[in-house]
Amino acid sequence: MSSVVATYILSALIFLPALGALIVSLLPKDNKDLIRFTTLIVTILVLLPTLLIAIPNGPISFDIAEPGMQHVVNNSWIPTFDINYFLGLDGISFPLVLLTAVISVFAMGASWSIDKYVKGYCILFLILLAGMMGVFMSLDFFLFYIFWEVMLLPMYFLIGVWGGPRKEYAALKFFLFTLFGSVLMLIAILMLYFNSDLRQLSPEQLVTANVKLYDLDAEINNTVANLVHEDGTSFDDEEYLAVATLYHTQLNDSVHPTHTFNILALQQMGQLPTQYDEKGNELLFDKEILFGKTIQWWAFVLLFIGFAIKVPAVPFHTWLPDAHVEAPTPISMILAGVLLKMGGYGIIRICYPICPDAGYDLAWGVCLIGVVSMVYGAFAALAQTDFKRMVAYSSVSHMGYVVLGLGVWSATPGALYDSTSWSMGVKGAMFQMIGHGISSAGMFFMVGIIYDRVHHRNLNEFGGLMSKMPLYTTFAMILFFAGLGLPGLCGFIGEAFVVLSIWKFSMVFAVIAAFVVILTAGYILWAIQRVYLGAEYKGPNEDEIVEIKPREISIALPLCIMAIVLGVFPSLIFRYMDATIDNQVQSLSTWTDEVKTPRLQALDDENKAKELIEAFEKLGQENVEANKQVLFVQPNEIEQEAEEQALVKIEDKLQVSLPSD
Amino acid sequence: MFYELVSQLSDSTLYQSLPAFGVELVLCATIVIMLLCRIFSLTEKIDASYIAFIGVIVALIVLSPMKPWDVSEALDGIEIASPVRVPLGDLPSVEIFTGMLVYDGFAVMIKTILLVFLILFFAFVKITKITRTEENTDFFTLVLGATLGMCIMASANHMLTIFMGIEMASVPSYVMVAFMRGKKKSSEAALKYAIFGAGAAGVMLYGISLLSGMLNSAHIPTMAANLADIMSNSPDSSQLFVLGLGAMMLMVGLAFKLSAVPFHFWCPDVFEGATAEVNAFLSIASKAAALALLVRVAIGFSVLPTPTETPVAVAESPAVIEAPADEAELDANRFFLVSDEQTADDIADANVEVEAHGEEAVANSEELADPLSQVRYFMAMLIGFIAIITCTFGNLAAYAQTNIKRLLAYSTIAHAGYMMMAVPAAIALSAESPELAQAAVGGLAIYIAIYVFMNLGAFAVVAFVRDTSGSEEISDYAGMIGRSKIIAVCFTLILVSLVGLPPLAGFIGKFAIFASLAQGYSVTGQLYLLVLLIVGGLNSAISLYYYLRIVKVMTIDPEADDTAPMQRPLGMLQNSYLLLMTVPVALLIVDWEFLNVWVTGALAHLLVP
Repeated sequence: MSSVVATYILSALIFLPALGALIVSLLPKDNKDLIRFTTLIVTILVLLPTLLIAIPNGPISFDIAEPGMQHVVNNSWIPTFDINYFLGLDGISFPLVLLTAVISVFAMGASWSIDKYVKGYCILFLILLAGMMGVFMSLDFFLFYIFWEVMLLPMYFLIGVWGGPRKEYAALKFFLFTLFGSVLMLIAILMLYFNSDLRQLSPEQLVTANVKLYDLDAEINNTVANLVHEDGTSFDDEEYLAVATLYHTQLNDSVHPTHTFNILALQQMGQLPTQYDEKGNELLFDKEILFGKTIQWWAFVLLFIGFAIKVPAVPFHTWLPDAHVEAPTPISMILAGVLLKMGGYGIIRICYPICPDAGYDLAWGVCLIGVVSMVYGAFAALAQTDFKRMVAYSSVSHMGYVVLGLGVWSATPGALYDSTSWSMGVKGAMFQMIGHGISSAGMFFMVGIIYDRVHHRNLNEFGGLMSKMPLYTTFAMILFFAGLGLPGLCGFIGEAFVVLSIWKFSMVFAVIAAFVVILTAGYILWAIQRVYLGAEYKGPNEDEIVEIKPREISIALPLCIMAIVLGVFPSLIFRYMDATIDNQVQSLSTWTDEVKTPRLQALDDENKAKELIEAFEKLGQENVEANKQVLFVQPNEIEQEAEEQALVKIEDKLQVSLPSD
Repeated sequence: MFYELVSQLSDSTLYQSLPAFGVELVLCATIVIMLLCRIFSLTEKIDASYIAFIGVIVALIVLSPMKPWDVSEALDGIEIASPVRVPLGDLPSVEIFTGMLVYDGFAVMIKTILLVFLILFFAFVKITKITRTEENTDFFTLVLGATLGMCIMASANHMLTIFMGIEMASVPSYVMVAFMRGKKKSSEAALKYAIFGAGAAGVMLYGISLLSGMLNSAHIPTMAANLADIMSNSPDSSQLFVLGLGAMMLMVGLAFKLSAVPFHFWCPDVFEGATAEVNAFLSIASKAAALALLVRVAIGFSVLPTPTETPVAVAESPAVIEAPADEAELDANRFFLVSDEQTADDIADANVEVEAHGEEAVANSEELADPLSQVRYFMAMLIGFIAIITCTFGNLAAYAQTNIKRLLAYSTIAHAGYMMMAVPAAIALSAESPELAQAAVGGLAIYIAIYVFMNLGAFAVVAFVRDTSGSEEISDYAGMIGRSKIIAVCFTLILVSLVGLPPLAGFIGKFAIFASLAQGYSVTGQLYLLVLLIVGGLNSAISLYYYLRIVKVMTIDPEADDTAPMQRPLGMLQNSYLLLMTVPVALLIVDWEFLNVWVTGALAHLLVP
């Protein structure tokens, strides 16, 4: 029973909203409340299973000790391209799925203020939810891409139809930016796909990556390929491994490579030591393509740009303030609370594990982008007079922490890397995503509440709201302080972790990152002062200011509670991610030890040898050729001693030759 | 001697060529019946559209796309065997009519797409208000006539049939464009089209004569063999110049049919002048046939069907060249391709060997293995370059359009560019791995099949809106969501599908093409394939703007005072037709494996014998 539920539960999370959209489309369009309540019930129905997974000791609970994928669904979809319907949850995706489900319920609750074309709004909202769920759960690159794009069109309409005065511009800008990023992503996906080769993986790796074993010869029949016995029970681990071994041998009999979209398998391939074919050319992602850079370098860059647009990191951030300012409040909540997290999720799930080599080399670039986003976002937020725009820029700044925290992952000057910092940075980034998801959704909701009343967002025309709306101000203070990163609230943990983790890599970055906290305090406190404090309200529509309503409280209160609880008990979230992140960091540290460090060493040796030879050649020695033989052995074979010997030899020669010159 | 020749000819025509020519015969018969019906007063009242419809259904049955007739065994020795039906994947390639045409899975596939399109197209024409029943005979005769030409284009194997096919497809198109007799614009468009077409045809014919003269034949496989001879004997620059010129002139004719830049000028004007129905026909059927022809020519000159040492074939007139039922020829054929394939598969092995044999061996083997490598490079660069220009220009020019038909004209130009991109990939892969080259052509075929639904849907919307509001201006689509939900939703989905955004079907086509480019790049390492991939990708992003503009006008913009009103709501039939076009576009993503399987089967023997 439980296994059956476990099999369908992930698909249900995606298709329940889609089904809901279908149902809503059949409802009469005049009965707005019916439509709203139906949609709200669907979002709650999506939230319930995720809570069931979150609660320990249930039949479908998330196993926090298991670093790998759970509740895996893997069905063959398009065999020609080896595309599978492959879903799973692990410690990286599950907290984000939980966040998505929670924020969706609140955003739908906040959608009562939408009064135009309610039916269309709810249908698009549910399609958006299906897309978001799909992105976080799909483990097939193709499927991931599909869900990634599924969200674009609903989001375009949600901003474009229900948005503010410049909605068309903002919606189009959002669409164009994201589409540009996803086109780059598609190119990277195709490059990775056509250079992947399942033959390079061992049977154990095939099992770990959950590779679909359907490509088998007739001798393994269908039931075996589906990993179930004829009586319907599934295979245990040993039998699975046996089938995988058989599959492995069959793969290796083939002369053609077997490509895959399986993200886990691509991760395994990305972390293999350099493989060579018979001719000595690099295989997989280590092939050089353009300008002396490898496939994985280019794939990393293209994917990173695609994700950085979504995060959004400076310089790809300009769509965000426009989109936020024009979007209706609930859509801003979704946008800030969930959509931005997809960029971070993509970086942590795809960029680094699949292209670790490029990630290592580009560590400075990634960290720099993170730091620049933080600083730029904070300064820009200081300069805003539009309340919502200020919160939008604070998102840019806060998401900079995520990029920086993930960048620390690979930030290892020399061989002095420290896997504790890595792990800390990644966990900090992950926690920052969750914390920011709650605080930013809350802040946008708070801005939305006051905008609904006074119909303007000019920071300089508020004031004195505390006396008029004491309860509202309390909620707002909590959420804004959570955004500020006040200890005891959810924003603090992530920021602290990230700032601490970067210290060993670069003190300059750490100092700047810590300095941004002051800037953040600056713009948030200043905003609070201008909006909530002060003697009197300075703007228009004063008589419409009324205290927060029960429906709004029912959204604000849980958000505040979560902000406090996560700030006090961060382990509530950390417990899900610890095993997975530790495991991923561990495997990447091992990779650094075993693959990257020797690679760097070899490169270093090669450069040294080249320098020596150059110096040597300058002196015009006769037996250069003989010495080249000594120096130009396979780079990894050069050992310290050999190198020293070479040096001694050259020095001897030099001494001999100098007098003759 | 003479008697033998005649009897051989009549046997092969009667028992082999004609059965493989069934679709064309049925179409001819349908045309004749439609015209005859008009003569007798009893049958005069019969609506020609039904006859045409039945004719196409019969043609489809005769073709039987899943299990076509195999005529390769028909003339096995003295006994005459009746043709048998084989699964599509086992259909061998047979030259019919003494090498003028070729009958293979690719031809069957393209004809299937054309015929299915015709069925949908007839339904479309039937429910719009453009033709009066009395005029149906004329219109459907022209449509079927043009389709006949397109079928010949799809199976052309000889320069003469190429030319004939293009002309047979073009001339009825000119008349169709002018079908709205009263309208000045449409007559002007037809005149432009005809003049442009005549010019292009003349240039192409000149190119054909140059090529045929240089290569001593007009039969494409023979030409390819002779070309290989010339290329392996280090040709001088004047020879190369004439060959290159001939190829480019031939390309002019193809580019005209494809509406590829710089031979696209007719397209927006013709589309603006002609009715949306005719536009749908021109943009889909005509383009599909032209692409099929492009593939035929490109593949024909990329690989050697026969070994170079058969001067017999050259000496004899092309009319008596036997179909490759000849065992020796087939064997040699197989040998060549297999050896080619092996080099691709075991590059490493080969190279180890090559290294062992020393440098002379390298030079030798390169020359022997690939006399056509330069030809392939030239063709791939030429087609790739045109594809890039076409795609980019089409997308950029579409920005400024205010007339929906002109905008869609530029959109079809851009899509021709995307589709052409698969051809360089196929050319580049044909040397390394025929299977992958077939897969690349398969990507193109999938794109065409999906394009049928997308473009037919788009032009159906244009026609329905014209019927109810009389306007073809984009601004008159404002507030469509409030006037007709079905149009707004279906057109939005179709337009977004034209951008190539998942999960809509347009993405599947784009993915198939981009995948073949990426595959080609990773196997052959040809940089221009990567350039094509990047340009194609960026163009998708560029094209978003103008497609989305229509979507925005329909859904976000409010109905203005001067928006042309819709006189009446769409009828039941129109609504269902739109749904019929949109549902496949929206839901194909659920499972399109059947398309892959069908296409792979149809193309199984395009390059691999």
